[in-house]
Amino acid sequence: MSVPAGAIALPAARAPARREWVVFLRRLARRRTALFGLVVVGLVVVGALGAPWLTTWDPVEQDITNRLRPPGSSGPAGRVHVLGTDHLGRDILARIVFGARPALMVGFAAVAISGLLGMGVGLVSGYFGGRTDDVCMRLADIQLAFPFILLAIAVIGVLGPSLPVIIVVIGVSSWVVYARVVRSSVLSLREREFVQAALALGSRDGRVVLHHILPNALTPWLVVATLDMARVIVIESALSFLGLGVQPPTPTWGGMLADGRVYISTAWWLATFPGLAILFTVLGINLFGDGLRDTLDPRLKV
Amino acid sequence: MRVYLTRRLLQSLLVLLGVSFVVFFILHLTGDPALVLLPPDATAEDVQRFREAMGFNDPFLVQYGRFLTGALRGDFGQSVRHGEPAFHLVIERMPATFELAGAALLIALVLSVPAGIISAVRRNTSLDYVSTVVALLGQSMPTFWLGIMLILVFSVQWNLLPSSGRGGLEHLLLPAITLGLFTTARITRLTRSGMLEVLNQDYIRTARAKGVSDPPVIWKHALKNAAIPIVTIVGIELGTLLGGSVITETIFAWPGVGRLSVQAIYNRDYPVVQAAVFLLSSTFVLVNLVVDVLYTYLDPRIRLR
Repeated sequence: MSVPAGAIALPAARAPARREWVVFLRRLARRRTALFGLVVVGLVVVGALGAPWLTTWDPVEQDITNRLRPPGSSGPAGRVHVLGTDHLGRDILARIVFGARPALMVGFAAVAISGLLGMGVGLVSGYFGGRTDDVCMRLADIQLAFPFILLAIAVIGVLGPSLPVIIVVIGVSSWVVYARVVRSSVLSLREREFVQAALALGSRDGRVVLHHILPNALTPWLVVATLDMARVIVIESALSFLGLGVQPPTPTWGGMLADGRVYISTAWWLATFPGLAILFTVLGINLFGDGLRDTLDPRLKV
Repeated sequence: MRVYLTRRLLQSLLVLLGVSFVVFFILHLTGDPALVLLPPDATAEDVQRFREAMGFNDPFLVQYGRFLTGALRGDFGQSVRHGEPAFHLVIERMPATFELAGAALLIALVLSVPAGIISAVRRNTSLDYVSTVVALLGQSMPTFWLGIMLILVFSVQWNLLPSSGRGGLEHLLLPAITLGLFTTARITRLTRSGMLEVLNQDYIRTARAKGVSDPPVIWKHALKNAAIPIVTIVGIELGTLLGGSVITETIFAWPGVGRLSVQAIYNRDYPVVQAAVFLLSSTFVLVNLVVDVLYTYLDPRIRLR
């Protein structure tokens, strides 16, 4: 940005919003791995949203006469089971496409919960410091001391597996990394001139936090959220694998893996393809998240 | 230094207290622990008698106090399923879990640190590229899927390695690789980025300008500084490994605490669940304390705080 000689440049709370976004998007687009990741994620989202229109087979319709057919075998009416059928005769490709739904639902919802919770704690902890900060960080340590999976399984075991329970359990237990990242952003933003200026002008704490600090702490938070989503999807599939996820007959990738494990020696396709689905989804998210982080600030310890 | 250690010790105790509270609280999540522990066809009378006998009608804090004093003595109650003290059941299986987690960590460190160093030193060559891609795949792969695929290839197809149980080295190999892959990937990427950052520092340039050849530069100067975040991560990763053992042990029927816990949860054997979670968390807190102490030797700046 060129400033005419003699003009006084006031420290701005943030750069002109539109220019910043365009520059950022262009830099992100230049990273091919990030684009690839975005495309993969896009495909998964499209698959989840458009599942009923994208599959020729019904994911829950059983057909015992056609069980354990290898990939490429054809069924009645000449339609092909592209990835084969499972032990109940259900088409595997259809189940995989529909399986994207619980994965993404849990992913977005749990990340939203832990992201908001963590941001709240991080903002309060970083801004007010002192005792509040100590208490919050102590809570974080306690949270981190738990072997998460065990705790999740125990809680779900007591409360019963259902979509809301899973989302809340995962969401409530993952807030720490968000809190830490937001807190460190707040700690450095707190000392910046525009915050000091706002306080000197008489702005109240609440306004300073929400209006000045929060928008600038968003970018690292966003990177963490993206990468955390990948982690959450793997956790959801792990819980489904143990039978504690969304219950059958709703297809879940983890559940399909658990089913397929029994037939590993006779029908390898039952367990292989759902796993590949998880792998590619997570890989896509990780690539995109890495690209996001490298574009915004490569030195982020995330 | 002593002040720092005392402070860390007190913090750890506080964390353990918090852990014990949460572990105790899980059983009371639905409001009535008797309903959780009894079979679904118990009559209202049975439930009442059970509540009296187990002391569930006492105030919450009294119950918690009882739990805490019991826990400190190693008494977590009897296992509902096995009839033995829950504590013993868990302790019996700790060595197996430690063996698995230790092997996984060893494999991870042996593979990842050299890979990360080579990646950083030979930056942007095909070696770096391959290692980065493999690390990325490793971090994106669900461990239970990897375990199943390894069983498919090595046990079913090629009949090289056993797919379950604990015994000699051949039983340890597949589970350890499965458990360790994520950690390997993570430490590789961290080592690489840590080394890259350190190698760009001025003091490295000075050392090279002085004429110091590459091996001492890498080992003596760069690695020692890059080791700090790696040591931190190892502490955190141990927690991940202890948690991840739950799934790996289930797949490979490895007789460890993780497998016991999953079975206990299925069987609604909550004394065992409480004992397992508490003991695993305590291990994790202890390991982190040790890592922090190690940290102060690596980074003298911490000592002066």
